[in-house]
Amino acid sequence: MALKVTDLRVYYRTLRGEVKALDGVTFSVADGEIMGLAGESGSGKSTLAKSLIRLDGRMRHVGGTVELDGRAMPLSDDTAMDEFRFRKVSLIPQYSMSALNPTRKIGKMIGELLESRGERPDRAELERRLELVGLSKDVLDRYPIELSGGMKQRVVMVISTLLNPSLLIADEVTSALDVSSQKAVATTLLGFRDHGLVTSMMVVTHDISLVYQIADTIMVMYAGRLAEKAPADALVNAPRHPYTQQLISALPEVGVRYEDRRLTGIPGNPPSLLNPPGGCRFRDRCPLASGQCAEQPPFAEVAPGHFVACWKAE
Amino acid sequence: MRRYFGRKLLIYGLTFFVAVTINWMIPRFMPGDPVSSMLSRANVAQPEAVEAMRAHYNALFGFDLPLWRQYLNFWGALLKGDLGISIWLFPTPVTDVIIRAVPYTLGLLLPSILLSWFAGNRFGAFAARRKWLDNSVLPVGYVLTATPYMWLAILLAWALGIVAGVFPVAGAYGFDLQPSWSWEFVGSLAQHWFLPFASLFLVAFGGWAIGMRNMIIYELEADYVNYLRALGAPMRLVRRYAFRNAILPQITGLALQLGVLVAGALVTEIVFSYPGLGHLILQAIQNQDFFLLQGTFLFIVIGVLIANFVIDVAYVLVDPRTRTGMGGQA
Repeated sequence: MALKVTDLRVYYRTLRGEVKALDGVTFSVADGEIMGLAGESGSGKSTLAKSLIRLDGRMRHVGGTVELDGRAMPLSDDTAMDEFRFRKVSLIPQYSMSALNPTRKIGKMIGELLESRGERPDRAELERRLELVGLSKDVLDRYPIELSGGMKQRVVMVISTLLNPSLLIADEVTSALDVSSQKAVATTLLGFRDHGLVTSMMVVTHDISLVYQIADTIMVMYAGRLAEKAPADALVNAPRHPYTQQLISALPEVGVRYEDRRLTGIPGNPPSLLNPPGGCRFRDRCPLASGQCAEQPPFAEVAPGHFVACWKAE
Repeated sequence: MRRYFGRKLLIYGLTFFVAVTINWMIPRFMPGDPVSSMLSRANVAQPEAVEAMRAHYNALFGFDLPLWRQYLNFWGALLKGDLGISIWLFPTPVTDVIIRAVPYTLGLLLPSILLSWFAGNRFGAFAARRKWLDNSVLPVGYVLTATPYMWLAILLAWALGIVAGVFPVAGAYGFDLQPSWSWEFVGSLAQHWFLPFASLFLVAFGGWAIGMRNMIIYELEADYVNYLRALGAPMRLVRRYAFRNAILPQITGLALQLGVLVAGALVTEIVFSYPGLGHLILQAIQNQDFFLLQGTFLFIVIGVLIANFVIDVAYVLVDPRTRTGMGGQA
């Protein structure tokens, strides 16, 4: 078991109170598993991704534990976390295009980063990995400004995986790209796992159709909680949670003409996380809601590897 | 690269031309007549003699020619390195007068500009990461940078010169000394130098410290910093990178501030009766000394232009992004 998250709670401190962005999340990611993490804006998926590597100043680790390869990660201790970062857990950030220091040549920056972590830079290995993502070794002698956006992103992907981390978090890496680049990035991520450069991966996205192509499992979040986690096929073709069902049915399908049948969204809005209502948080928008939903449903395994947080999913 | 510097040189050349032309115009459009004041100084009673002297001086300085002729002659002489003869210190050539004053101005300006820039940046970056320092020093910095140079100069002269009596308040060396390479003279020089230097240094220091503090805080929020921190890079490396990036606007700021700093130095010299270029300008204006005023301004213009050019070159060296703007080759 590569990653084991138990009842993780991370709140944001704001002037109006605590925003419960991550409110009791329990799941695990197996060795070699690529898990897609989907959800709409504000569902807590980025908070989860960030919590696993670096809490920002406003985030507070309120409760729960995270284990990586059997070792507990000290989430709220910024200094102690450094030991895990880069070596054990690494990140491809959302902002890859601006993630490189503009006034250092890329090769020099990588060298300085590795040295500061007490690692010996291995030029040959670095060049081999650049080749793997289709970059020539010349980029090492360039400044970030001399590279295209796609090239910068690939450089960041190489840097992030340089120390063969157990867990790689890819946060919205395809969001700013055109479809052909999206495909290339997805294939590269798959290659990282297949070449054994990373053990497991968490791909955060709001694009289920894209993550479906590379992920082994998909986990859906709603309003700071988990809604459903299942093998990718099962989640897309036979979702059990009403939210997932509506999310999937809101995606356009190939071969269907939407002239006569309008593509419907999910009516209503997610609840405020400042003071979320008790019970199931999807209750207000759920067509199946009943009195029982006033109580929070457990994230239960309804079929092998298929977890759902819904009373109606048995 | 060559095209970039070619264009820069062209711009500097144009600026030089315009500035020198204005320098030539300003004294001539000032009210008053230098020859008349020279004549009154000579104290001659006979009207014929006065007329003869007036004609002589006018011919000597070239004031009897039409303005356009004077302008062309001025450029002609300038290109030969001849700045004319001072009226105030007649008949000393202006070049000699300026050369005597320049070491004092440079001795004030160079250390105060460079040290305040260097120390201000270091200190600002340091203050940016210590909350108590930031909270206590920042208001002081704002007060310092908002202080007019001469006001701070007067305040320092009063406090340390008059009240405490630690430093002398006028001149560049003791009135009882002759310039020489003796310890006594050098000591007196340093003592007289300190107050004008301190007033220039403090005002500029406050400005640089605040600017750097803001830039560092901004840079530490940047994406590349977040990425490095997520990969567990130690603060030491992150701060080094942030400093390097934050210094770039400060270099631009230095280029923009040079003119202001020079002007500040001139006023400060007047406060302390320091015999530099600022002191000369005041004397030149009071004595209607066209040539000395022209010459001093010319010297300042050349100085500011050279300093700006040096900063342009330095900027190209430290920021790779300006290099890519020069036609592809890095």
